[in-house]
Amino acid sequence: MTSSTHPASTGSSATPSTATVQMLTPDGERLDLDEGRRAELEQAVGAEALAHAAALTADDLLGMYRDMALARRVDTEATALQRQGELGLWASLLGQEAAQVGSARAAAPQDRLFPTYREHAVALVRGVDPAHVLSLFRGVDRGGWDAEATGVSPYTLVIGSQTLHATGYAMGVQRDGAVGTGDPARDTAVLAYFGDGASSQGDVHEAFVFAATYQAPVVFVCQNNQWAISVPAERQARVPIARRAAGFGFPGVRVDGNDVVACYAVVRAAADRARAGEGPTLVEAFTYRMGAHTTSDDPGRYRPSVEVEQWRDRDPLARLEAHLRRHHGVGDDAFAEVAREGDALAARLRRDVLGMREPGHGEMFEHAYAAPHAHVEADRRWYEEYVAGLEHGGAAADGEERA
Amino acid sequence: MTDDVHGTPGEGRTTQRVTLSRAINLGLRAAMEKEPKVLVMGEDVGALGGVFRVTEGLAKDFGDDRVLDTPLAESGIVGTAVGLALRGYRPVCEMQFDGFVFPAFDQITTQLAKMTHRTRGAASMPVVVRIPFGGGIGAVEHHSESPETYFAHTTGLRVVSPSNPVDAYWMIQQAVESPDPVVFLEPKRHYWDKAELDTAATPYPLHRSRVVRPGTDVTVVAYGPTVPMALRAADVAAGEGRSLEVVDLRSLTPLDLGPVEESVRRTGRLVVAHEAPTFLGLGAEVAARVAETCFFSLEAPVLRVGGLAVPYPVSRLEEEYLPDADRLLDAVDRVLDT
Ligand SMILES: Cc1ncc(C[n+]2csc(CCOP(=O)(O)OP(=O)(O)O)c2C)c(N)n1
Repeated sequence: MTSSTHPASTGSSATPSTATVQMLTPDGERLDLDEGRRAELEQAVGAEALAHAAALTADDLLGMYRDMALARRVDTEATALQRQGELGLWASLLGQEAAQVGSARAAAPQDRLFPTYREHAVALVRGVDPAHVLSLFRGVDRGGWDAEATGVSPYTLVIGSQTLHATGYAMGVQRDGAVGTGDPARDTAVLAYFGDGASSQGDVHEAFVFAATYQAPVVFVCQNNQWAISVPAERQARVPIARRAAGFGFPGVRVDGNDVVACYAVVRAAADRARAGEGPTLVEAFTYRMGAHTTSDDPGRYRPSVEVEQWRDRDPLARLEAHLRRHHGVGDDAFAEVAREGDALAARLRRDVLGMREPGHGEMFEHAYAAPHAHVEADRRWYEEYVAGLEHGGAAADGEERA
Repeated sequence: MTDDVHGTPGEGRTTQRVTLSRAINLGLRAAMEKEPKVLVMGEDVGALGGVFRVTEGLAKDFGDDRVLDTPLAESGIVGTAVGLALRGYRPVCEMQFDGFVFPAFDQITTQLAKMTHRTRGAASMPVVVRIPFGGGIGAVEHHSESPETYFAHTTGLRVVSPSNPVDAYWMIQQAVESPDPVVFLEPKRHYWDKAELDTAATPYPLHRSRVVRPGTDVTVVAYGPTVPMALRAADVAAGEGRSLEVVDLRSLTPLDLGPVEESVRRTGRLVVAHEAPTFLGLGAEVAARVAETCFFSLEAPVLRVGGLAVPYPVSRLEEEYLPDADRLLDAVDRVLDT
């Protein structure tokens, strides 16, 4: 199969012509920047990104670690809940914590984020209650968090469609004069998340065209986790996805997606550019989906386990933990505290999921339209009467006898 | 796979017990063996065998030149299938789920459907677009749609839906052989239903409807996922002394209403069932036509049983949304009480 030529199996060296921005090595060392390397990175992401990385304090880094660890704990709990039949489906983020936390932390409070269905860490960073995320996968509602308060739009499942919404939103931001004012509380960027598979969709290409044409303040964050279900990334693109941006007329950067510092710095620089009115950027976070595509998928059918093992060595949490321990004197206590917090969150989440109210049938008639609609009202009336009739004597034909 | 394959054709046995998904797989195999120009294409159809495993093993047996794991781009899949067909190939495209056919909607309705007409018949479009459709599997948003009417409404397309493994086996081969584009709707919640398949039998014509259960009191018309439901309802009704005749449409365009009209002339009563909302659904067409042709035989208004005028609901509510045997029997009561 294709895996032998797969970039993931040979590491980023398989794509020597595209520099991958990395700031922490897999061992947790801060990359020493010699002159050549610094110049290369400045060329790729601008000096600002390097400055953002340098400005991160030990507290910032520990905060990032905490976000990643909590997201991973939520993910583990959700997977368990799915296995126990409490969720219909779960799309695991395992392995993608750094790409998500780094990018989400780079966003300003007023920025708007457009996720797909796997951005649970993004949601968490922005204050979305994970129970809201799980309610969607339990099938009791469509997510239901406050998009205005959190700046996180609802998850979308039709691949790539949200990249156009993000671009349109960014065009609105421009029209509202909320770019390039120099006021850090007003200037607004938009983050559009999508996957390597999604990069093949027409909608994504059209989003690139619109964003470039109007110089919309949008950052395209592609989490290249190497697989679109069973199809490897090179089946979607012959050149690194980041390089596609050049053809549309805006910068593209590939960043080590398992390096939270690099993800933060690069997305922060791109978002700053967007807010300053300098237009879109494509950031390709080169990462890996460690688990199955979703709980219904069986990656053993298409993916060599040796590849998974190789990526395990680049674990985003282990990398930051090593760095914090070695260079910032963070000790066992702090990590134990994060672990305790994670367990408490998971326990609370489990309680919340098990206690979720089942939706009443009337709810499906709500919000199909913003204003009353005769067809919906007619079907609602019919259904209410039908259910009332069943309660007076009718019984289920699928199972019991009818009365 | 997990279904019991008692024997394979060629070892002398022609009968095996198969699931609906396996039946489509066997049908595709037969079509690919017979005609080297048949290609299978779609997302994950290769090594994975499709998310429903319908194309399992085809890439291994026919090579990835004939089974194309495509990029994740539905418009691309159907659009290139149009080009391949112009070049003499017979692509069978898989849409992963019903809700994801819409990125390809433009290519299907404006190009695939119209190429034959546009070329004054010079170009035929032997393309099949397979779509797992309908609800009942507890899925998330966009995984349980009933898009049949959009396609049936577009002249130039043929739309069919098998309701059981035997039909699935034959109909997929007939669809591949069709010189016209066929939208092939697979009732996904019945992928695992089993039946005895005789691969040496004579296939029933693709565009014919069929009485699948004779009866005398009320005619019930269904297709795809509502056929097993209608058969269950007919069982319950029989216990109550009511005889339902169930007609499986099988083909939505062209629509074969012959057996329906004949049945209505005997029963005088008609109920049409589908999962799609009733407004402008197939049932509206059937009701209008039967009103035209059987007006003097009808003892009661034609009733439709379908999905509700709401977006497909969250999975915990889908059993409320979907028409079930109770809802069908309620309609049966109403036409009999008239
Ligand atoms: C338009 C559309 N086609 C097909 C699907 C089915 N599907 C869901 S996820 C997926 C793979 C997506 O891969 P990628 O964009 O790389 O994101 P990842 O799941 O790896 O995060 C597919 C084919 C879909 N959701 N939408």
